[in-house]
Amino acid sequence: MLKKRIIPCLDVRNGQVVKGVQFRNHEVVGDIIELAEKYSQSGADELVFYAITASSDESNNDRSWVREIARHINIPFCVAGGIRSVAMAEEVLANGADKISVNSPALENPALIEELAKRFGSQCVVVGIDSWAQDGSYQVLQYTGDESKTIKSRRNTIEWAREVVARGAGEIVLNCMNQDGVRKGYDLVQTGLLADSVSVPVIASGGAGEMEHFKELFTTTKATGGLAASVFHKGIMTIPDLKAYLHKHNILTRK
Amino acid sequence: MKLAIVAGGGANFYSVEVAIQRLGIEYELTTDKAVIEAADGIIFPGVGFAKYAMDNLAQYDLIDTIKNYKKPFLGFCLGMQLLYEYSDEGNVECLGIFKGTIRKFDDSQLIVPQMGWNNCKLLRQSRLLDNVDLERDVYFVHSYYAPVNEFTVASSEYGDDFTAIAEDKNFYATQFHPEKSGAIGEQILANFIKIVQEFKG
Repeated sequence: MLKKRIIPCLDVRNGQVVKGVQFRNHEVVGDIIELAEKYSQSGADELVFYAITASSDESNNDRSWVREIARHINIPFCVAGGIRSVAMAEEVLANGADKISVNSPALENPALIEELAKRFGSQCVVVGIDSWAQDGSYQVLQYTGDESKTIKSRRNTIEWAREVVARGAGEIVLNCMNQDGVRKGYDLVQTGLLADSVSVPVIASGGAGEMEHFKELFTTTKATGGLAASVFHKGIMTIPDLKAYLHKHNILTRK
Repeated sequence: MKLAIVAGGGANFYSVEVAIQRLGIEYELTTDKAVIEAADGIIFPGVGFAKYAMDNLAQYDLIDTIKNYKKPFLGFCLGMQLLYEYSDEGNVECLGIFKGTIRKFDDSQLIVPQMGWNNCKLLRQSRLLDNVDLERDVYFVHSYYAPVNEFTVASSEYGDDFTAIAEDKNFYATQFHPEKSGAIGEQILANFIKIVQEFKG
């Protein structure tokens, strides 16, 4: 049976892992390779590395750390942030990443999703969606890597999710921005709605604070993975403890 | 001994290289027929689209090289699927080492691709699985699958049973990614290398 995935997210800025609240006020939490090894060894199912300023400023980010990560871990990982062309995706994948995740560049140029899927296969192409819930509707945010540049796109989250899948995305990471960094639980209503609207795997992001939040996610929605950052970085829970807890509640994770 | 890693299509071979480096084995990442024929064994880690990969093999004149190969061969993911007779992914004739057709998972019933960790069920013994506990999960990412038939060594279940590991004579194949499957994947690669070493004598 396919297991539910626990996915630590490592936000990378200037070669270090950082974490902020609602994508701002970043503080350094550690070295990329050390944290990647630590999570890999403690039973993480997959890692996501998010180069957080990459799309919203034009600087050419140094991604030499991708190759180093591939040398140090033997579980899958995805690289997000600032990938805006087939050539940039090819460099990241050639350096050992299993998947690339696109967000703002896909909103600017949705045809990028098709180009990536055609070249590398849908299984390599993740689309990240930053969503804002307001008055019962869900709207896609753009350029969330930098608060001063963040804008509301005119896209509805669910419609955009359906479109990216039609264009060839093989997985969606849904970041519910209202919940991000505040550890009050995933947005189960929005995640459930989105996961019921598409045929590809959906990973929930934003709001994990307690083990119960993962249990709620996996028992009430079709999400196949839960992504979290601060709860792991700050040692609020360990991955082995979380997996033992889920197992006790009949939610199977990797053995 | 020296392995050839066939770079027949797709972009992400670096993790395969690293996995072989960790085992301390000499290898060359190549599409050169002469290098491949001279190697003591082949690893064929194809990723991507079946039709595109078969076109690549034809372009490098590797189709008969693989069909007639007598030394140990390990394919995984798409590199396994191409060993069957036919793939629905691009409607393409494949290498025909194993009998059967590669079909797509039913995305009206299932979340497709299958992406993540799943366990396998042993159907018959294989040297590829020496000291491997199949209760431990391995990492899959695929939208197409091979049927369970006489070539199946271990099956896994996603909607239906499908082939996770296949074997016939000198050909070994896994649908999952051993290079991404933690310690169990490393053991499977080490077992294949042992098979290559013994074959070389």
